[in-house]
Amino acid sequence: MRAAISGIGQSDVGRRLFRDPLELTIDACLEAIADAGLDRSDIDGLSTYPGNMAIPPGFSGAGITEVHDVLRLNLNWFNGGIEAPGQLGSVILACMAVESGLANHVLCFRTVWEGTAQAGGGRSAVMPGSGRGGGYRADGFMQWFLPYGAPSAANWIAMYAQRHFHEYGTTREQLAQIALNGRRNAALNPKAIYREPMTLDDYLNVRMISSPLCLYDCDVPSDGSTAVVVSREGPVNVESVATAIRGRPSWDQWDDLTTMAARDAGADLWARTSLTAADVDVAELYDGFSFITMVWLEALGFCGKGEGGAFVEGGANIASDGGVLPLNTHGGQLSAGRLHGYGFLHEAVAQLRGIAGERQVPGDPEVAVAAAGGGPLAGCLLLTRR
Amino acid sequence: MTRYDLPAPDLETEPYWTAAREGRLLIKRCRSCGQPFFYPRPFCPKCWSDDVEWEEASGRATLYTWSVVRQNDLPPWPTRVPYVAAVVDLEEGPRMLTNVEGCEPEDLEAGMALKVAFRQETDEITLPVFRPA
Repeated sequence: MRAAISGIGQSDVGRRLFRDPLELTIDACLEAIADAGLDRSDIDGLSTYPGNMAIPPGFSGAGITEVHDVLRLNLNWFNGGIEAPGQLGSVILACMAVESGLANHVLCFRTVWEGTAQAGGGRSAVMPGSGRGGGYRADGFMQWFLPYGAPSAANWIAMYAQRHFHEYGTTREQLAQIALNGRRNAALNPKAIYREPMTLDDYLNVRMISSPLCLYDCDVPSDGSTAVVVSREGPVNVESVATAIRGRPSWDQWDDLTTMAARDAGADLWARTSLTAADVDVAELYDGFSFITMVWLEALGFCGKGEGGAFVEGGANIASDGGVLPLNTHGGQLSAGRLHGYGFLHEAVAQLRGIAGERQVPGDPEVAVAAAGGGPLAGCLLLTRR
Repeated sequence: MTRYDLPAPDLETEPYWTAAREGRLLIKRCRSCGQPFFYPRPFCPKCWSDDVEWEEASGRATLYTWSVVRQNDLPPWPTRVPYVAAVVDLEEGPRMLTNVEGCEPEDLEAGMALKVAFRQETDEITLPVFRPA
């Protein structure tokens, strides 16, 4: 498509920064605008995920309105909303706005401050629902989940993983490689949250959260903002995007719990390009939970359906130094922090531009995939170096 | 202490929760195309017909997948961990999220036969759960 990532920016990232999330957002946005060689007056589009929302705390660090106002932008187009094909859906829409001529330069951002905002409370602080008669009541789809003690994506994705284990013989030792690979890569990323080495024994002995997922299968809530600028021209071309979902939009009513909406978006990514999965030099695939990355690996055709476990086994295939598919080269959300989707896009662009510093993968990568979302949420971009 | 496990029955789901209180598991079936479905909704997710009716399920099911939950700090769960969250396939076809009780986690096996049981939480709310058949 006729769209490019012309600039990238990122604020400080930390477990708990105790800084104003709007300030983090502006840091990331100004860096991205400058990186694109643009001025604030050039920005005529603004896009974000999920837009302004107070609950759960820290999930949204800034909405369209505040950023629009603080940066004093004049806009032809803007968008913010949570009902999107994953976090990167906001960037995909920006590509469409640019390609259609509605905007020339769209600033896209995602800010989280969950680390700081949830510092004082447990899970009860983050549960959406309705108060009725003074107490808490689960409504909407949560009406079917909370009564059974399944309030979290950790529980839902655990059940997906368990079914994958059953159908394909996938093991915890295999799944561990997603976490171990992320930790190895995070050691080379100065902004990563967890950089100390992790062994397979560490992984196997840490506490279980929701079997078969242990603590190290879950990403780390953190603070930080990431921004990109989408323009018609730029150093990184948007070759293809995909947003398909061809099943019931539900965690438990989905037709095949060994896969997710990524199945449809992943297949669709190759429908509008002559490139294939074999052409991809580096993959940045969402790991809000480790198993989601395995789903994306299969969905994008880097291995066959059900072969995700075998593909990552031992870690060699996905290693940054010499693997056939360097994966989550910044450490992913498991070790680098839950920047919620945008971190993968930022890293993919950095790798293609050769500016990833110590963690730059060898071989001068030319093609990358950035994918985000789990369950019924999925959106992905195929990127090439100009 | 605020509980974080009780559902808010609404206009559409009230009959489901009322039946559960009486020890019956309801699903919905489309009278137009015959599709059984869950969650209860006023239209068929397969053919869009609004000619749908309640039907009492047999209560027989098989285990599709599960997770042994070991961490949940939302009351009342801290005193109940570990417990088994599960997705089961009802004999009629629909899939539902539930708990499996009366079974050691290590004895769980995909495809195992289950039978519905009812766990009373309050005077108002009783939950369909499943136990080994």
